[in-house]
Amino acid sequence: MNQFLLSLFSGIFIGGAAGFLGSLMLPKRMSLVAGPLGHLALPGIALALIYGFDISLGAFPFVILGIVLIWLFERKTKLPTEALTAVVFATGVAIAFFFLPIEQAEAALVGDISSVHLEDAIFAIVICMVIFFVVEIIYPKMTLINISEDIAKSQKINVGKYNLVYLLLIALIVSLGVKVVGGLLTAAIVAIPAVTSRNLAKNLVQYKFLALSFGILSSAAGIFISQITALPAGPLIIICSTFLFLISIFLKR
Amino acid sequence: MGDVILRIENLNVRLNGEDVLVDLSFDVYEGEVLAILGPNGAGKTTLLKALLGIVPYKGVIKWREGVRIGYVPQRLPFIKDVPLSVKEFFRLENVSENEAREILKSIGLGEEILEKRVGDLSSGQFQRVLIGWALASDPNVLLFDEPLAGIDIGGQESVYTLLERLKEAKNLTILFVTHELSVVYRLADRVLCLNKRMLCSGVPKEKLTPEAISNLYASPIKFYQHKHEEGETS
Repeated sequence: MNQFLLSLFSGIFIGGAAGFLGSLMLPKRMSLVAGPLGHLALPGIALALIYGFDISLGAFPFVILGIVLIWLFERKTKLPTEALTAVVFATGVAIAFFFLPIEQAEAALVGDISSVHLEDAIFAIVICMVIFFVVEIIYPKMTLINISEDIAKSQKINVGKYNLVYLLLIALIVSLGVKVVGGLLTAAIVAIPAVTSRNLAKNLVQYKFLALSFGILSSAAGIFISQITALPAGPLIIICSTFLFLISIFLKR
Repeated sequence: MGDVILRIENLNVRLNGEDVLVDLSFDVYEGEVLAILGPNGAGKTTLLKALLGIVPYKGVIKWREGVRIGYVPQRLPFIKDVPLSVKEFFRLENVSENEAREILKSIGLGEEILEKRVGDLSSGQFQRVLIGWALASDPNVLLFDEPLAGIDIGGQESVYTLLERLKEAKNLTILFVTHELSVVYRLADRVLCLNKRMLCSGVPKEKLTPEAISNLYASPIKFYQHKHEEGETS
């Protein structure tokens, strides 16, 4: 299969799933979380680059480890989550720089979807479809939890279980996202499509659909422009996404 | 007065090492409107949460078998973060569009509101939508946190009218907490004064004497000095 199409399809699926999940993270004020999680995936990405396996597979255990550490520290210290996140992610970045092969630093930091292998692409697409369907299933209850945990609990909704599934989805999308936009830019692929959509949507159906669409659109546009200009796709995807956001400001009702 | 629908005995709630509710005992009767009056920080919202089973407590909270509870929380600050239409808000509760239309009619709102964003509603409209939302599960008990807090004057009247009508039409048992005396006089059949402990209980016009009110809203130190007398009379 054509390498360009392979990157394009992977990028579209990852971008779409990230935008869709991001629409759930925005009301929870968790859009930024994907940033630090992407950063602390860097040691895993570095290992994957050194030993030549899929960087998502390298990233995932580190993202999970990071989430668990933050959660444990929070329980132990009662310090604010954001402060503990800073501690954990900075440590991840620091460790990664000891052994990150410098000639491959760009792929680690801003991603490299242009040389994705067939089996990695198929794997990414399948996981993205899983993410999409699970998000669709948990969306109504998560929205209720976002609005009021008290109401959700009074209806016997297992808030803890939903939050756990939701965190796992974030870990998955971050691990896939680093493939496209690297460890530095993962916050952008979940945050920007969702805020652009928020500017335009009149209701929840539109909001979900537009977040998904903007995720897909910016990924596709970024990868196309990368093909023409030979500039890295990751940053181009983010710039395209930001461009859509800027347009949405002027179209905002 | 109807049968007992809720019995509370020796209810104690401790949150973060602090006593929030101490030794509450009271009954709620079917079809009555019971107000729980108390200053800010008296544990009113916590009491509602204990009744809903979402905060840990000690003691007995016994609802009559098969009771369905609707809950109207005080504020939903985060709802404006979600671009949710009124229709979709009802949809979260598995309420179809037709049912939602019926409910809106019964709470005095037109169906044109279905397509509006919840965040764009006026405070009075929003409160009525919340009441309607709580009514969707066809409850026989409504728990209500500060029915009129933060609602403009015009909206307040519409909420009053709605609650009075609901009381007539549905034989609902309504239990609401508030810090405003005027709401108690206007709506309640019976009032409980709460400031961590129960300080008085009875018909509002009889029990809410100037002395009882100043006692209820007095500083905690003063209130603790009074608690033994109160405990004996209730």
